[in-house]
Amino acid sequence: MDAQTIIARRIAQEVRSGMLVNLGIGIPTLVANYVPRDVHVFFQSENGLIGTGPVPNPGMALEMLTDAGGKPVTALPGASAFDSAMSFGLIRGGHLDMAVLGGLQVDEHGLLANWMIPGKMVPGMGGAMDLVTGAKRVVIAMQHTAKGKAKIVRQCSLPLTSVRPVDLIVTELAVITFENGQATLLETAPGVSVNDVLAQTEANLHVTEFVPSMTFTS
Amino acid sequence: MKTISIRDAVALIPEGATLMIGGFLDVGSPERVIDELVLQIKRNLTVIANDTAMPGVGIGKLVTAGLLRKAIVSHIGLNPETQQQMLAGKLEVELVPQGTLVERIRSCGFGLGGVLTQTGVGTVVEKDKRKMEINGKEYLVETALRADFALVHAFLADYTGNLTYALTARNFNPLMAMAADTVIVTADHIVPVGVIAPDHIATPAPVVDYIVACS
Repeated sequence: MDAQTIIARRIAQEVRSGMLVNLGIGIPTLVANYVPRDVHVFFQSENGLIGTGPVPNPGMALEMLTDAGGKPVTALPGASAFDSAMSFGLIRGGHLDMAVLGGLQVDEHGLLANWMIPGKMVPGMGGAMDLVTGAKRVVIAMQHTAKGKAKIVRQCSLPLTSVRPVDLIVTELAVITFENGQATLLETAPGVSVNDVLAQTEANLHVTEFVPSMTFTS
Repeated sequence: MKTISIRDAVALIPEGATLMIGGFLDVGSPERVIDELVLQIKRNLTVIANDTAMPGVGIGKLVTAGLLRKAIVSHIGLNPETQQQMLAGKLEVELVPQGTLVERIRSCGFGLGGVLTQTGVGTVVEKDKRKMEINGKEYLVETALRADFALVHAFLADYTGNLTYALTARNFNPLMAMAADTVIVTADHIVPVGVIAPDHIATPAPVVDYIVACS
C-alpha cells in the first residue's frame, strides 16, 4: 500500500453510520473510497451540498454539481443543496460530526497550521479555519514528514489555522491522538516500529507500553 | 425590475466600483457579465467573492486583464496570477475565512452591523479586530460588507425577477443579492411568472434591479 492509501483506509475506519462528514481536498477526498458499504454516511461539500457522491461516469458531469475543489461529483439519494451561509452554519454550528483535512504542521498539543507558507504559498484559508474551529471532531490526513522534515513539531512555525486543537492525526507511519491534550502514539502502520515513528517526529510523543499496529480488514 | 442588454448592464458600472460576484471556482458565476467587464475595460475594481477562480476562467479573467485593485476573498490557491499580482504589490488581497466572508455579506444584506465568530481567534485573522467575550467564549467582531453592485447568476428568473438557483451554483449568489445597492442578474433560463412556485423562490423579485436579457 502506498502512503496515501494507508492514510485514507485508516481514516475510513473512524467514520460511523449517520455521521455528517466533510472531506478536504487531496488525501482526505480518498477516504470516501474506503468507507465500508454498510456504513451510511453523509458527506458535505462546503460549496453547498450534503450527499456528495462519487465522480460521475464519462459524459454525465453536470457543471452545477461540483465539490469544494470545483470538480464534478454526483449527488446521492437524500442529497440536499443550500447556500454558503447554511453550509458554514452547519460547520460552525456544531452540526458537522467530523472534518478531515490536510496539514502542513501540527504541534505537540494538536494545534494545526495548514493554510499558508509566508512568502511562498498563500492559497488562502478557504473553509479550513471554520472547519477546524467548528467541527465536533477534526482528523488530519497527512504524510508524516515533508522532504525529510518533521511535520509533527514541538511548536508550529507556520501561521495557525485555529486555536482549537485537532483530535487525531493519521500518517503513513502512525495514528496519533490528542485526547488528553498531549500527542500520544495510538497505532503504528504495518511494519513500522515505535522507534521509526519517534525518529521522524519532532514533537514529544507520549508512548504507552503496548502500541498496536493498524489493522485493515476490507 | 427592468430587463437590460448585457452591454447596457455593464455600462452602469463605473471604474473603481465595488462588486460582489457570485460563484465558487466559477460554478454559479455570471460569466457573461464578467466577459463584458473585460470587453468594456472597467478598471480599479474591488471584487468581493469566494475566490478568484482559475487563470482565464470566470473572475480569473478580471485578474488576467489586470482590472482588479482589490480582492476580498477566501481562497486564491487555484489562481497563481492572483498570487503573483499580490506578491508584486499590484493587487491588494484581503483573505477572509469562507464562513466569515459569507456572514459579513449576509449581515449587510440583513441589516446588521456584523457578526461575532470564533473562527480566526488566535490566528493572523484577528489582527486589528475587536474581540468580545460572551458566556466565557472569545469571539471576533466581523463587520458587514456592502457593495455597489451584486453580479448574481441564477438558474431560473421569472418575468418579475424572482430567482431560484441550482445545486452548487447557488453558493454566495442569494446572499450577495441582498447586500448591494444595485443587483444585476443573469440566468440560465428566463421563464414566465408561475413557473417557479412561491415556496421555491430563493431571491424575491423586489431585491432584483436588472435581469440581463438572453443574447
